[in-house]
Amino acid sequence: MNSIIKYFSDIFKGVHTLWEGMKVTGKYFVSPGEIVTEQYPENRDTLKMTDRFKGEVIMPHDENNQHKCTGCGICEINCPNGSIEIVTRKVPNENGKMVKIIDKHIYHLAMCTFCELCIKTCPSDAITWGTDFEHAMFDRSKLTKVLNHPGSSLKKKEVKS
Amino acid sequence: MILDIYSFSTLTHSINKGLNAVMSPLLATIVELVIVGVLFLMLYAVLGLFLVYLERKVCAVMQNRIGPNRVGRWGMFQTIADLIKLLMKELIPIKRADQFLFNLAPFIVIIASFMAMAALPFAKGLQAIDFNIGIFYIIAVSSLGVIGILIAGWSSNSKYSLVGAMRSGAQIVSYELSVGLSLLSIVIFSGSMQLSTVIASQADGWWIFKGQIPAIIAFILYLVAGTAEINRGPFDLAEAESELTAGFHTEYSGIKFAFFFLAEYMNMFIVAAIATTMFLGGWMPFHIGDWTGFNHIMDYIPSIVWFFGKTFVVIYLIMWFKWTFPRLRIDQLLNLEWKYLLPLNLMNTVFISFIVLMGWYFK
Amino acid sequence: MSEEIIKNIMVGEHEDYLINMGPQHPSTHGVLRLEVSLNGEDVKKVTPHIGYIHRSIEKMCEKDTYKQIIHLTDRMDYLSAHMNNEAVSLLVENALQIEVPERVKYIRAILDELSRIASHHLWWSAFGMDLGALTTFFYGLRDREKILAIFEESFGSRLLHSFITPGGLMHDVHSNFRKDTLEFIKYFRKKLPEYKSLLTDNIIFHQRTKGVGKMDKKTSVAYGVTGPSGRGSGFSCDVRKIAPYGVYDQIEFNEILKNDGDVFSRYLVRMEEMEESMNILEQLIDKMPDGNEYTAKMKAIVKLPEGEYYQRVETARGELGVYVVSTGAKHPYRVRFRTPNFSNLFVLNNLAKGGKIADLVAISGSLDLVIPDIDR
Repeated sequence: MNSIIKYFSDIFKGVHTLWEGMKVTGKYFVSPGEIVTEQYPENRDTLKMTDRFKGEVIMPHDENNQHKCTGCGICEINCPNGSIEIVTRKVPNENGKMVKIIDKHIYHLAMCTFCELCIKTCPSDAITWGTDFEHAMFDRSKLTKVLNHPGSSLKKKEVKS
Repeated sequence: MILDIYSFSTLTHSINKGLNAVMSPLLATIVELVIVGVLFLMLYAVLGLFLVYLERKVCAVMQNRIGPNRVGRWGMFQTIADLIKLLMKELIPIKRADQFLFNLAPFIVIIASFMAMAALPFAKGLQAIDFNIGIFYIIAVSSLGVIGILIAGWSSNSKYSLVGAMRSGAQIVSYELSVGLSLLSIVIFSGSMQLSTVIASQADGWWIFKGQIPAIIAFILYLVAGTAEINRGPFDLAEAESELTAGFHTEYSGIKFAFFFLAEYMNMFIVAAIATTMFLGGWMPFHIGDWTGFNHIMDYIPSIVWFFGKTFVVIYLIMWFKWTFPRLRIDQLLNLEWKYLLPLNLMNTVFISFIVLMGWYFK
Repeated sequence: MSEEIIKNIMVGEHEDYLINMGPQHPSTHGVLRLEVSLNGEDVKKVTPHIGYIHRSIEKMCEKDTYKQIIHLTDRMDYLSAHMNNEAVSLLVENALQIEVPERVKYIRAILDELSRIASHHLWWSAFGMDLGALTTFFYGLRDREKILAIFEESFGSRLLHSFITPGGLMHDVHSNFRKDTLEFIKYFRKKLPEYKSLLTDNIIFHQRTKGVGKMDKKTSVAYGVTGPSGRGSGFSCDVRKIAPYGVYDQIEFNEILKNDGDVFSRYLVRMEEMEESMNILEQLIDKMPDGNEYTAKMKAIVKLPEGEYYQRVETARGELGVYVVSTGAKHPYRVRFRTPNFSNLFVLNNLAKGGKIADLVAISGSLDLVIPDIDR
């Protein structure tokens, strides 16, 4: 007799747990709440990433086309897998001495692991993160970027008098 | 209880008279057969596509997301795009498979579900085949589908397919019993296997209300067994993607895979339609006792809308099962049938026979 | 005892009905090849083949300085990225006897616990999906998005951060960090009962997982199965209790132990760990000092004195150990990672023998394997 009671009570308990589970999904069917899908290509105009988003490494230039990179090469030394190549050249400064300035700051976006060491160790704060994330190209050579714009020059540090 | 719901028999009679007036009776019969065949094919295809789309939307809403919404307004043409893609796919030939059986299997599955659909009563006056053993014919014919599955698994010459097909065969054959017994309970209530008689006997109330608790138990058992019959929901081991790639239809590609896929959704429709016919009154509108005003308003809604509406409610229930529960293992599945569903069904049938003899139900 | 273990791992004879749950399979969570020899529906032997995602991380560490190793450790068990970073950072700090500020220790612990909850979310989603309950995938990932939004606001990336470095942190966290974490805790406490009624209480789920894949305490000690998988068998192995690091000795929390050792107990351990992590998080946020210091003073070039060093942390999957041999140079001479998933994987044969294929899927889901951790 006990086994018959247990048989039926097992069935009832089992069906009850199934009904509890169905209530959860049923509730979402009736009142969906928040739809988490982002309609990506349609919302490109209004899409705003967070400030610190790691999209790519950029070198900010101000309105006079000046940047802060001195060509020291510390970022190249600190990069773990050689995604940065610094090419420098010597030019005469106002005193006539030959000094080294940055010619090309080559950045291989395809190899970068986004580890942030170059940005953290730069002594002049020349490079930082940019928020653009649409980097897909058909040609791999387009992923090698030169960070300093053509015709730009080094911004002189303000001398505190 | 006078039913003045619109009857499609006026339409069919006028077409019949028109055809007989223009050509000889034999030719008129052939033309009628062709018309019915074409209508059924169109209905089968359109319903199949619509059901696939509906499933994707329903499961998307349950999962907090939007379903297909790019192809056409609200993604309506998504299934058509999928169908075109499947039609254009290469039919990969398998060298060491049994070619004749390999090509035959999808057709057997489709033919079985087609034959079952032919006997469904869609509206008042719209029933293609009206045997006096209606429900028995439907159950018998829908069991032919399992032959198609076993042939598909065997002839693919692949380990995954064989294991999947064997599992599926065992499952379908076991659950046939429960399906038959649940439907038998309504046959006992209504006294006839002919579908039009069963529906006519529900003119004053659906069996699920008139038969109270035993009919409700039979309905639930039928739903569970029906879901297991069509390899769906918590019982979809045969095509469990995370266990054996795709089970018995792993080796099929292109239009042959589309046949299996379509047949599965149409089988779901047929199971739901049978549940509607036997338990929920088929195309009968919802009447309440003597409320003649209410009944009159209910009669204005055409019977075909009633039929499809009720069927889609049952289809929604079946989809709800699938997206909530985890899968059962094969031995637990067979356990469920032989140790729980079958004894409950037998007890229920005996109980129903008793109350029909005693007359303790709403006539 | 060890001969038995070695015989267990060796490749079996190829006369049986062999099925490859090959490198591409929806439920092996990564590129793992399982050679399953079957007898009808019963599993006779499971042989795992690894190495499909070997990237020679340990070799690459030999040419990098200690600060550059951090970005490589991220990519081992990517779901507990912070804890991997913390292992190497703690090793360097203990070797050089550097004292990091209290605030840094608290932030490190908060990030660890958030990663733990996020990792268990992903595990729950994938486990439900393997067993056939496809909606659990979406519910778990929807809730994990909130944690990833917190990470994105502070660090800029959602999964691989390389944020915890020797000396402290890379930079300070965002000012909304505390507020967002508290909001997340409030939100998730409301959602956890849904998880319970959807999967934990379900009778089909009980039938699939109770009594399946039993592992007793002796086996789990012998194979070195740590983390929630080991704690499900009663093996008390939480590194946060045995050898506390950071601020874990000042926080009160329970170590969750169950004694049955089957798939269901491992499941329950992880679900309760999510709750426990939320309690730990509330205590940590309460006690976190204000301010904005984020690093201790360190030299630019880090050289460890000659010798061998070892550090253990508790990741979401078990005990991670980092072993470094240094000759006094800028680069380590040899780095070796004792990863939890490597030991957890090889107990699979022992557990799945005699069951069915469906049980194999449930067992490998409950062991919560992340394959890049095995292959490094």
